[in-house]
Amino acid sequence: MAVFEPEAELATLDTEEFGGEVVGRSPWALAGRRLVRNKLAIAAVIVFVLIVAVSFAAPLYASHIAHTNPFESNLSGTFQQNGKTVQVIQQGAGKLGLGETPVGPTWHAKYLLGADNQGRDVSARVLYGGRASLEIGIGSAVLASLLAVVFGLIAGFFGGWTDAFLSRLMDLIWAFPVYLLAISLATVLLTAPNGLRIGFVHLSASSLWVPLTIIGVIYVPYVFRPIRGQVLSLREREFVEAAIAQGASNARLIFSEILPNVASTVVVLLPLMIATTILTESALSYLSIGVQPPNASWGTVIQDGQGLLYTRPWVAIAPGIMIVLTVLALNVLGDGLRDALDPRSKLRMKG
Amino acid sequence: MAEPLLEVRDLKVSFRTEDGIVRAVDGISFTVDEGEVVGIVGESGSGKSVTMMSVMRLITDPNVIYQGEILYKGRNLMQVSRDAMREVRGEEIAMIFQDPMTSLNPVYTVGWQIEEQLNEHYDLKKGQARRRASELLAQVGIPRPEQRIDDYPHQFSGGMRQRVMIALALSCNPDLLIADEPTTALDVTIQAQILELIKDLRRDFGSAVVLITHDLGVVADIADRILVMYAGRIVEEGNKEQIFYDPQHPYTWGLLGSIARLDRPKARRLTAIAGQPPSLINRPKGCSFRPRCPQAFDRCRAEDPQLTVKVGDGHLDACHLSVEDKRARRDATISPELADTA
Amino acid sequence: MATFIVRRVLWLVVVLFAVSVLVFLIFFATPGVDPARQMAGRNPTAETIKNIKHEFGLDRPLPVQYGLMMKHIFVSRDLISYGSHTKVIPEILSAAPVTLSLVFGAAVIWIVFSILTGLAAAVFRGTVIDPLLMILALIGISIPVFWLGEVVNLVTQSRLHGFFLFSWVPPLGYTPFTQDPLLWFEGLVFPWLTLSVLYIGFYARVLRANLIETENEDYVRTARAKGISERRVLLRHTLRTSMITFVSLFGLDFGVLVGGGALLTEVVFGLPGVGLLTYHSLTSLDLPVIMTTVIYGAFFITLASALVDLVYAWLDPRVRPA
Repeated sequence: MAVFEPEAELATLDTEEFGGEVVGRSPWALAGRRLVRNKLAIAAVIVFVLIVAVSFAAPLYASHIAHTNPFESNLSGTFQQNGKTVQVIQQGAGKLGLGETPVGPTWHAKYLLGADNQGRDVSARVLYGGRASLEIGIGSAVLASLLAVVFGLIAGFFGGWTDAFLSRLMDLIWAFPVYLLAISLATVLLTAPNGLRIGFVHLSASSLWVPLTIIGVIYVPYVFRPIRGQVLSLREREFVEAAIAQGASNARLIFSEILPNVASTVVVLLPLMIATTILTESALSYLSIGVQPPNASWGTVIQDGQGLLYTRPWVAIAPGIMIVLTVLALNVLGDGLRDALDPRSKLRMKG
Repeated sequence: MAEPLLEVRDLKVSFRTEDGIVRAVDGISFTVDEGEVVGIVGESGSGKSVTMMSVMRLITDPNVIYQGEILYKGRNLMQVSRDAMREVRGEEIAMIFQDPMTSLNPVYTVGWQIEEQLNEHYDLKKGQARRRASELLAQVGIPRPEQRIDDYPHQFSGGMRQRVMIALALSCNPDLLIADEPTTALDVTIQAQILELIKDLRRDFGSAVVLITHDLGVVADIADRILVMYAGRIVEEGNKEQIFYDPQHPYTWGLLGSIARLDRPKARRLTAIAGQPPSLINRPKGCSFRPRCPQAFDRCRAEDPQLTVKVGDGHLDACHLSVEDKRARRDATISPELADTA
Repeated sequence: MATFIVRRVLWLVVVLFAVSVLVFLIFFATPGVDPARQMAGRNPTAETIKNIKHEFGLDRPLPVQYGLMMKHIFVSRDLISYGSHTKVIPEILSAAPVTLSLVFGAAVIWIVFSILTGLAAAVFRGTVIDPLLMILALIGISIPVFWLGEVVNLVTQSRLHGFFLFSWVPPLGYTPFTQDPLLWFEGLVFPWLTLSVLYIGFYARVLRANLIETENEDYVRTARAKGISERRVLLRHTLRTSMITFVSLFGLDFGVLVGGGALLTEVVFGLPGVGLLTYHSLTSLDLPVIMTTVIYGAFFITLASALVDLVYAWLDPRVRPA
């Protein structure tokens, strides 16, 4: 126990009169107040919301500002810049005067960041890519958290063989190198010629559900472990024992005693999970086994830009900056949430 | 009269927090003479630990604000350098903490932890520190010290661990030993043993002891003088007889009323002090104890009572009631049987 | 101790079995996936596919195929790659030094810098240095390693290659230490730095959090009460106990990286390590290589977690068996 703990606790009881009633505030309201005071976290929320907004506005940008279809190659196209006609793909513009080089950044509405080697507008592709990356990142993080909460509640609550089985299963997934597992699954799913059919679910190789599901599944253990640990310790807590003593059913114990307490852990972990899944998605897409054409994601745009790295570096740099900003905002937000919800937090998360 | 070993003068310790400044210790003064045992009693949050932590300058919170003087052998500890303070800690003033389970570093053997302190303060040869550590363990009553010296804290029971803490604290023959709730975390039977040990060692080592506790029963046997703290201030001070047989402050009555006593013939209800300790942020005018005090009257709301001598030599209290009033009300309401022994 | 080792070895066997079965099922039992078709090239005739199936034993029952593959990996050690038709095990053994060089160097950098950063942040808590370092650490864990590698390549190989600071950087690729130690070193400096950025950020954050948590422990207060110098309190008490978590995490991450997890760094810097080998085999459905590399990877990860448990017991007497 810290020495001045009693004083610190007293500090929160700002009662008018000694011995007066202490105004109770719900822990969520207190957390909200602490979060709003955290300027860095608020800035992170703003950045993240902005990125989501511009990414989901990608179709508007493509049709109304850039006037381009970023999914169609435009090898022989031209456009007007400063009254001159410019070729999208320029012959022999490279250092040695050989080969074809797409136009570089114009810093104007059309081809703001230049074109890729298919003559497609990079800025529009980065926005569309952001949409896919965010959809997959958020979707797979939510999927992983849902599965982890279900398994974690079951394992932690019922204990015994159920717990042993689920924990070992998670250890097994854990023992599998994350990227190798994702790559194996992705390779197989992507090479299946007609997509994958499991019962009535049909996944085509180009569907965003493929990377979403893969990434969601491989990260289940990361959330499972803290949740299970928390459920195990909650089960020993007095208020749960009190509920058991009152004859509460298992369902009531799980849903009204344990789940609300696990919720804050999930809330803290979720932004961090999204950050992780966005990074994983970009890595898989960079290795050409994530998002498949005709879709784009930040990872695929970086992959497109790799061949142009020394001539048109912006193709690869721009989506990378978007990833860094998004992931950074989510990490800052995650930190802020953790501090707000649980000032004495012992939660830690592998990045 | 000789200069006291420790003299605290108008000490104020506050912490800046989100909600305002918390006045944990709000202007207290007291002395500890050489070889004397002083008990500081009060409920959690009364500032007793913060006071003694301030004497050791062990509060690491960057938001702490100190005012006042802490004179140790005439030197103001608030002003000595960090290095000079380190020499005082452990060698001149040592401290025992509440929870022996967490107060020893789990990754080092108990011998290592005692030797570390010896080596810090003395220039010892290899083996000397170890021999001394083993002697100390024997002195605090740990069986087979030569073997136990290489054990880790988790291999000891709670009581044994507190003995190790005491050995650690006494390793440099300190002139002042601060024991912060040394028995609170222990079983009742072990508590008595530890108190007995502190008593014996005080005789052998001749150290002065400041014993911090929330339980008047703990200091009943051991303390020469008792300070009763409430809400960051001393509300009553006196020797053992004065506090136990002629308590002046209604808060002290409350504390006495909440001790279970087997030596009383009549089965008696334990009385509790109603209400909560006050906020240390907005201390309203008047007496801090007033909201909980059944004896409060108009003056208590208007005027802050000062700690002054009212009854007899060295017996101070901070209450507006007259001595006669206090005695009458105390005997009538709190514990009538006190009147027989007073 | 003996039971610990036996349990760990048994668990290792279970993991390797489960992982290999899982990989095998992923590649052989997923409907619509056919390694033979993959090997046969474009527009194969039914006859070619049949021949390939027969040649590689793909027409036999799945358990037999699995058994044969395990026999070739563990007993006769002569498993042949579908793609390059060379033996798989020597291929992995020649890729391992590349990965080890990369991971060892990066680990040294990340240990040193993360400890310095974490310590500095914890010591300067309450000043601007702490939030500044922690924001830097957060940026570090927010950068995709392959993208950072590309930016590094852009700078050192192209844009600023003429600049004296980067003119010594050799072209992408790997030179064995035995062939030219200096070139080995020069070629690995930037891969090391790139790979370590994420881990420096992550470990610095973990260490700082641990240091601050430990700082509130009663035994640190005891140490101060003993009159020990602040530096000694920090290094021998606070840091010493904080390192328990640090070391455990390090063991696991190191295992993952040696087991092929440094794949992205290897791809972006053209280093022919285990990760790159696995990646190529995965994309060409070269099952023998996939199988062997995945087993190799899982082996290191499981081994690392067993070692971590041992080191943990050594660092924390409380978990040592009496």
